[in-house]
Amino acid sequence: MAEFETVGQSVPRLAGAEKVSGRVAYLDDIQRAGLLHGALLLSPHPHARIRRIDTTAARAAPGVRCVLTGADFPHRYGGFVRDEVVLAHERVRYAGEPVAAIAAATLEQARQAIALIEVDYEELDAVTDVDAALAPGAVRVHEDFERYGRRNIAPLPPNVCAHTLLSEGDADAAFAGCDVVIEGEFRTPAQVHAYLEPCSALAEVEAGGKITVWSACQSVFRVQATLSEVLGMPMSRIRAIATPVGGSFGGKSDVTVQPLAAMMALRTRRPVKLVLTRHEEFLMMRTRHPARIRIRTGAMRDGTLVARSVHLTLDGGAYTEDSPAVLGFALLMARGPYRIAHLRCEGLAVYTHRLRAAGFRGYGNPQVSFAGESQIDDIAARLGMDPVELRLKNCVVAGDTWVGGQRIEAAGLRECLMAVRDAAARRPTVEVRPGYRRGIGFSAVAHICGILSTSAIVRVLEDGSVTLNTGAVDLGEGAETVLAQICAETLKLPLDRINVAPADTDGSPYNWSTGGSRTTYMVGRAVAQATVDARDKLLTHAGQMLECSATDLELRSGGRVGLVGVPGMEVSFHAISQRAHWVAGGPVIAHAAVMFEGGGFDPKRTLLSGNGIGRLGAFIFGAQAFEVEIDEATGQAAVTRAWSAHDVGRAINPAGVNGQIIGGVVQGIGYALYEELVQEGGASTNPNLADYKVPGAMDVPRIVPIIVEHPEPSGPFGAKGVGEPPIIGVAPAIGNAIRALTGVRLCTLPFSPQRVLDALEPPA
Amino acid sequence: MIDITLKVNGSEQACRVDGMTTLLTVLREQLLLTGSKRGCDYGICGACSVLADGRLARSCLLLAADCEDRAITTIEGVAEPDRLTDLQQALVDAGAVQCGFCTPGIVLALEALLDVDPKPDETAVRTALGGNLCRCSGYGAIVDAALKVAHG
Repeated sequence: MAEFETVGQSVPRLAGAEKVSGRVAYLDDIQRAGLLHGALLLSPHPHARIRRIDTTAARAAPGVRCVLTGADFPHRYGGFVRDEVVLAHERVRYAGEPVAAIAAATLEQARQAIALIEVDYEELDAVTDVDAALAPGAVRVHEDFERYGRRNIAPLPPNVCAHTLLSEGDADAAFAGCDVVIEGEFRTPAQVHAYLEPCSALAEVEAGGKITVWSACQSVFRVQATLSEVLGMPMSRIRAIATPVGGSFGGKSDVTVQPLAAMMALRTRRPVKLVLTRHEEFLMMRTRHPARIRIRTGAMRDGTLVARSVHLTLDGGAYTEDSPAVLGFALLMARGPYRIAHLRCEGLAVYTHRLRAAGFRGYGNPQVSFAGESQIDDIAARLGMDPVELRLKNCVVAGDTWVGGQRIEAAGLRECLMAVRDAAARRPTVEVRPGYRRGIGFSAVAHICGILSTSAIVRVLEDGSVTLNTGAVDLGEGAETVLAQICAETLKLPLDRINVAPADTDGSPYNWSTGGSRTTYMVGRAVAQATVDARDKLLTHAGQMLECSATDLELRSGGRVGLVGVPGMEVSFHAISQRAHWVAGGPVIAHAAVMFEGGGFDPKRTLLSGNGIGRLGAFIFGAQAFEVEIDEATGQAAVTRAWSAHDVGRAINPAGVNGQIIGGVVQGIGYALYEELVQEGGASTNPNLADYKVPGAMDVPRIVPIIVEHPEPSGPFGAKGVGEPPIIGVAPAIGNAIRALTGVRLCTLPFSPQRVLDALEPPA
Repeated sequence: MIDITLKVNGSEQACRVDGMTTLLTVLREQLLLTGSKRGCDYGICGACSVLADGRLARSCLLLAADCEDRAITTIEGVAEPDRLTDLQQALVDAGAVQCGFCTPGIVLALEALLDVDPKPDETAVRTALGGNLCRCSGYGAIVDAALKVAHG
C-alpha cells in the first residue's frame, strides 16, 4: 500500500556513498594553513594538590606557541553544578584530569614540550568509590561545593551532588501485605562509550575577535553556551559548527576538548586543532555511571505486582556534569513498565575521585532496569509463573499513567512481549554440546523520548527544492535522512530535492541536543510543523496563480500544486518559488519551534523532589529475548540468538530503526558480558581497547530486530524514538537466562566467566 | 630523516620520514589520504586498515620505511572517485553505514576477504571482520551486505 511515498521506506542514508568511500572529512581530517596542534598533560594522581607547575622549559621549546594551565581558565562551568574546570586548578580530582595544554607548530613538538612541564604534586587521600566517599569524615572531592552555583539549591550531604526522591502510594505499608517480597542489591560497572572517533576540536579566531569552533558534538548550542561560560564571552561572539560525528552514544553531549582548542586559538590567533589519543580518551573522558541499586519488589500470589522500592547510588566521578539528570531519569524509570501502585524511589549521585560519569545511551535506565527486570523473573520463579506471563499480567497499556501522573498515549508493550516470546519459541532446536548449557531469558523495556525544545526552518529555494535546517547533529544514527524523509513526505518531493544543512550556531535554529532518543520524535515534529507551514504558503501562492481558493488545491508528487479534480491545472514549486522570489510575497520560508508539552524546568519541583523537568516526552516500549550458552568448564557466557522488539510508533526508515536496534543490542551485550573500566586505587587498570573489551563481529550472533508500530498521536507520522531502548533490557535478559540455567541470580555486571563459574559452583 | 618512495593506489609517491613514522601518519599527513582513520593508533580498532600487496594490514602498525616494496591500497584507491564497488554499494543499500568512522577499514577487510574467498559463509565474514571494531551497527547489516554481494 502506497500510503506514503518516502516515509516507511528504507532509503539509504544521505551521506552513505561519501562515508563508504572514505571521503567524509571528520574533524581530524580538516587541514588549515598555519594550523597549530595541541597536546595535553594529564594528572597521574586521583587526588593531589598542585604545589607548583613549572612551564619555563616547555615555553622555550621549539615550535611552542602557547602553554595553558588551570590559571588560564578563571571561569567554572556546569549545567547543574558549576564545579567543572577546563584544566585542574590548584587541585587534581582524578587520575587523567588534564593539567596543562600546549599548542605548537607540529604535534611532535607539542608532545615533546608537554614532557618538559614539571608539576610538583602533593598527593592526598582519595575516595575512589561511593562507599569511601559517603563514609563519615571522608575527604571531600569539592571542599567549596556550597559556594558553587547550583541549579538545585537544596542542602546536600558531603560528597553528594544530587539527591532525588519519587514516591507514590505507600510502599512500606504495601510490602507488609504482599505474599512475596524479593530483595536484592545490584551493582553495575563503568562502561566506556568507546566511539571510534576520538574527541577533537578545531578553533579559529576571525579578525573581529569572533571565534569559530568545529567539533564532533551532540549539540552545537550546548558547545556554544558552555564556551560562553568558560571563556567569559557572549554567545554572539562564539560560533559552533558540528563536523561529521564518528559515534557518540552520549559521550559527546557536553563539551569535550572544545574549550582547550578555543583558548589556545584565542591566545595564539592561529587555528588550533586538538585531537585526543585513545589513551587520553580512556583516562580523561567519561563513562556510564557505575551504580549500586538496592531494590525490593512485592507481589501477590496471583502475580499482581504491588510495591517496589529502589535506592540508587550513582558514582558520578569528580565533576557533576549531567549526574542529577541521570539520577532523576533513572528513578523515574525504576518502576518499570508495570502497574505498581506503591512506589518509593530514592537516590544519590556521589562525588568520587574518578573520571566523570555522564550520559550514555539509556541515561541511567540500563542500571535500574538490570535490577528491576531481574527481580521480575525472581518473582515469577518464586510464584512458579512464566516470566513473560507475569510481565503481560502487569504491563502498562495506553491510557495508564506513568509515575508522576503523565498519561501513556500509545503502548505496544504487550505486542512486543508476545512478539519476542513467539519468535523465541519458534527457534530451531539445536543439540547442546556436552559441557554446555543453553537457555533463554526475557526483559521488558520502557523509556522516554522527547525532552525540552527544538526548532526547524524550511526554505524553498528558487528552483522549488528545499533547504532544511534544524540544528540537529547526526551522530551516525541517520537523523539527517529521517528528517529529510519527513520533510519530503510532507511536500511530496523526491528526497534529492531536500538539502539538510549542517548544524551551525550561526545559521541553525535552536535544538537542545541529539540525545534522549529525541531527534526523530522532537525534531521530526518541528520539521513536520515547519514543512506544513511552508506547504500552506506554497498553496497560497498557487491559489493566486491559478486564480482559485487555496482550499481547492492539492499537492501532487514531484513538487507540484494542482486544482483538485482537474489533472492539467497545476503549477510547479519551481514556478511558485520564482514568483515568490521575483514577483510577489518574498521567498517562502517557514519555521516551527516546539517544546514538549509541560516539559520545561520547574524550580519548585526541583527543590521538592530533586527532579527538575516535569513531562519529559513520549513513552516508548520494547521487549527482548536472549538465548545464552554457558560453558560449564570456563564459565564463559555467549549470546547465541537474540530478538529485540520495539514499538517505534511508526518506522520512518525501517533499515535505520533496525540499525539502531542491532547496534544497541550489541552495546548491551558488551555491557552484560565484557565491558568494565576497572579502577584500582584510583587508576584504571585497563584503559585501552586491548584490555577493555568492545564486542567484535565474532562475539555476537545474528540479532533479529522486530518493529512494532502503534502510532504516537503527537509524533511525526506517528513516529517516536528508538535510539536508547535496545541497550536497556539486554543485561537483565541475559541474567535471567543465566538464572534459568544455574538457579543463581547474578547481581553484578559484567557476567564475567568467574562470576558465571561461581553461579555454576557457588563458592563454599 | 629518510627519503622513501611509496607505491600508493597505483602511483609512486616520494616521502620523507623518520624511522619511526607509521604508514598511517604518512598517508594522512603527507599524502592527505585521510580515509584511513586513527581510531586507536595501536592496532586494535582496525579503522586504519589498508591493503599491502593485497593483504589486509593496519597502517598504524606498519613503519612507512618498511613499505617501499609493497603496493599499498587505501580506501581512496578501492574504486574510481565517482564510483562505488559492488561491496561499497551493498553496504550503503543495507544500511550498514552509521557514523562511518570504521567503514573504510571494514570495506578493506571485506574486499580482502572476497578476493581470496568469493563465496564466504557468515562465519567467514564475521571472522574477516574480527579485527575491525564497529560501535554503531552491531555488525548485522555489514554481514548482510557482504553475504549479499557474495551470493546475490
